[in-house]
Amino acid sequence: MSESKGQAAGTTGRIVAGALAPHPPHLVYAENPPQNEPVAECGWETLRWGYERLRRDLASVDYDVVVVLSPHWQTYIGTHILAHPRFESLSVDPIFPNLFRYHYQMDVDVELAEAIHGEAGRAGLVTKLMQNKDFRVDYGTIVSCHMTDPEWRTPVVALSSQRSHAYYSVEVMQEQAAALGRATRAAIEATGRKALLLSSNSLSHRHFVTESAVPEDMSKEHVTNHNQYLWDMKAIRMMREGRTKELIDTMPEFTSQAITETDAGSLTWMMAAMDYPTDPGELYAYGNVIGTGNAIVGWLGGER
Amino acid sequence: MSAGGIIKGLIVPGLPQPLLAPEQNEGWGRIRAAFEAAREEILACEPDLLLIYSVMWPSVIGHQIQADPNPKWVHVDELFHDLGSIPYDFKMDADFAAAFKDAAIARNLHARTVSYYGFPIDTGSVVALKLLTPNNEVPACIVSSNVYSDRAETVVLGKAAADAAAATGKRVVAVVVTTLSNRLFTDFIDPADDHIHSPKDDEWNQKMLEFLRAGRLEDVAQLSREIHRQIRVHKVVNFKPMWWLSAAMGQHNNYTGRVYDYAALYGTGAAVVSLTPSASGVGDKEYDEEDVEVYSGNRNVLGGPEGGPAPTPPKPLQSTVTAVEAMAGVMSTDAAPKPVGAYPHARRVGDLLYLSGIGPRQPGTDAIPGGPIRDADGSPRDYDIRAQTQAVIDNIRIILEAAGSSLEKVVDITVFLVDMDRDFKGYNEVYAETFKPIQATRTTVAVRALPTPIAVEFKVVALL
Repeated sequence: MSESKGQAAGTTGRIVAGALAPHPPHLVYAENPPQNEPVAECGWETLRWGYERLRRDLASVDYDVVVVLSPHWQTYIGTHILAHPRFESLSVDPIFPNLFRYHYQMDVDVELAEAIHGEAGRAGLVTKLMQNKDFRVDYGTIVSCHMTDPEWRTPVVALSSQRSHAYYSVEVMQEQAAALGRATRAAIEATGRKALLLSSNSLSHRHFVTESAVPEDMSKEHVTNHNQYLWDMKAIRMMREGRTKELIDTMPEFTSQAITETDAGSLTWMMAAMDYPTDPGELYAYGNVIGTGNAIVGWLGGER
Repeated sequence: MSAGGIIKGLIVPGLPQPLLAPEQNEGWGRIRAAFEAAREEILACEPDLLLIYSVMWPSVIGHQIQADPNPKWVHVDELFHDLGSIPYDFKMDADFAAAFKDAAIARNLHARTVSYYGFPIDTGSVVALKLLTPNNEVPACIVSSNVYSDRAETVVLGKAAADAAAATGKRVVAVVVTTLSNRLFTDFIDPADDHIHSPKDDEWNQKMLEFLRAGRLEDVAQLSREIHRQIRVHKVVNFKPMWWLSAAMGQHNNYTGRVYDYAALYGTGAAVVSLTPSASGVGDKEYDEEDVEVYSGNRNVLGGPEGGPAPTPPKPLQSTVTAVEAMAGVMSTDAAPKPVGAYPHARRVGDLLYLSGIGPRQPGTDAIPGGPIRDADGSPRDYDIRAQTQAVIDNIRIILEAAGSSLEKVVDITVFLVDMDRDFKGYNEVYAETFKPIQATRTTVAVRALPTPIAVEFKVVALL
């Protein structure tokens, strides 16, 4: 491997911050009105305010790459990693095409992508580099990146969500996600990067199956059921109290009981990469989007 | 207009190897050849449309139907991206998509069309269309596979597809994009080493193919949950494409089944199978309590008021009488709006014909001329009592004539209005235009509500 940016600068690679950064496309469309047909009425605004505060705090964090794992790039054979220098296309949400059609230009830190690929392979994980320039980046990755940095100032490394659960139990899938997290950390350290990690997922994830007549009718929005709300609050409490290892240990039950999007492995991956932070996560917002539970939580540590 | 309907069914896999890399594995090449043979069979029956149900297009909010008349893109599979890009330029039937959406809504499903530049058409649909209609010889329509849809809902969606084919008069080939066993390997393989993941999966695949070869589609559909338990994985819940296909094609086992080929695609079981309706087969399906006409699941999760009674399904607009029950003079006709309960349109007693209460809903669509009296949230809406009244009279005429009677033979009418003060004058004027010369006896009463959001209903007795 050639000398990395971080090594050249004589710095030590490290994860400087991590954030649970859910990706409801509903949060972006009001920010992007020319591409969308409804007139924004500030639905789900409290979540946007949360992201606004996260961005404000991240402004004082020195990071040079964003590493994100999204549930919406689903790969049934191993974890795949974007590894082409630049992706530029139009992302249309297959579920809410009326809300989200986003032109993006994404620079990729290919060196770090290759390093993660190498470290994961040495850890016994199946990974593959995605080098097809025509590939369309998933909307989960785009929403989480946009909401944390609408200017796209730093390059990105995007990881897919490995879905081999035809074979593996939730526990084994979780172990694989944790191993991927450790490999990610090792690659970041080896390449001298200062990385912001994004876990792009909601908590409880049972959708409504119908829509209100007014797209942003907040009088209709609520968590799908009380059980899921209780689980969301339990998870948030653990994050706010720095009990992240306990949260991850609870994850199989959380996933099962609350039908969570954490089954994508993204939160487990990030917590393992950050070696299970014990400092309190900062809760920036919690809100429901078509019944799902979405928390924005940051661990910005001492880097601010 | 020609007689529309689902004229053939097709089962095809959606992984991209047969399209992009048929030369890398003998089985992948055979599946490619099977696609091409199936294409010839399709073209020979001169269809108007390929209707694709793809398990690789999941939806969350109801059922989505592709309605972009000319989607263009360069597609890359999210898993097998190293096989290359797939440019496409498809021809879609937007009118059929709209008719399918309307038919689905009429059966109380949540459905919408999507027509957006750059909408991500799934790999399975892209592969099927590229191989089955490479030069857009036949236009297409694609419907999503809702992740929350249970059996009853999926069956209703299949019936809505048949409704749309009948209503548009189009000859439709229904295509389901799905593997049989769906266990991919957990690591990348040398293509030459591809094989069905396990003997158990292979045995179940062979059993399914045996059924399909014998034309037993409904039997496969009824076994779907068991098949899923044995050889499926999360992504294709309960092997639901067979529910959809069987419902769309009439829920029976009377087909000529043709298995073009069967091979492994990265561990999964891939087969190309055609099913052509035939006059006979292995026999009727078993009783099925999940065979429903209208979806009635509780979707009231938004907190609004419960809606009114579920609407009844549409029937082809060009239909005439399709069922005259032998039992005790009972008769119903598909040309009139379907009853909302367990009663016929009419019953003969001696020389008299007694009609059930008849409202203004339109046969085939359940639309209410003049508009419903309340919206889905229960909020009152403005409506035209004159248009509703005329529609009631038209429906009565259809039923009477189907039973061998006529409006001129009506002897007694009871009229129900939900708002006497508002509507009596308008209804009375329209009534007079038809019934003044007939001079039937009449009683008009006010009622609090009728079973659907309508303002007027007639109860008629006529001579035969």
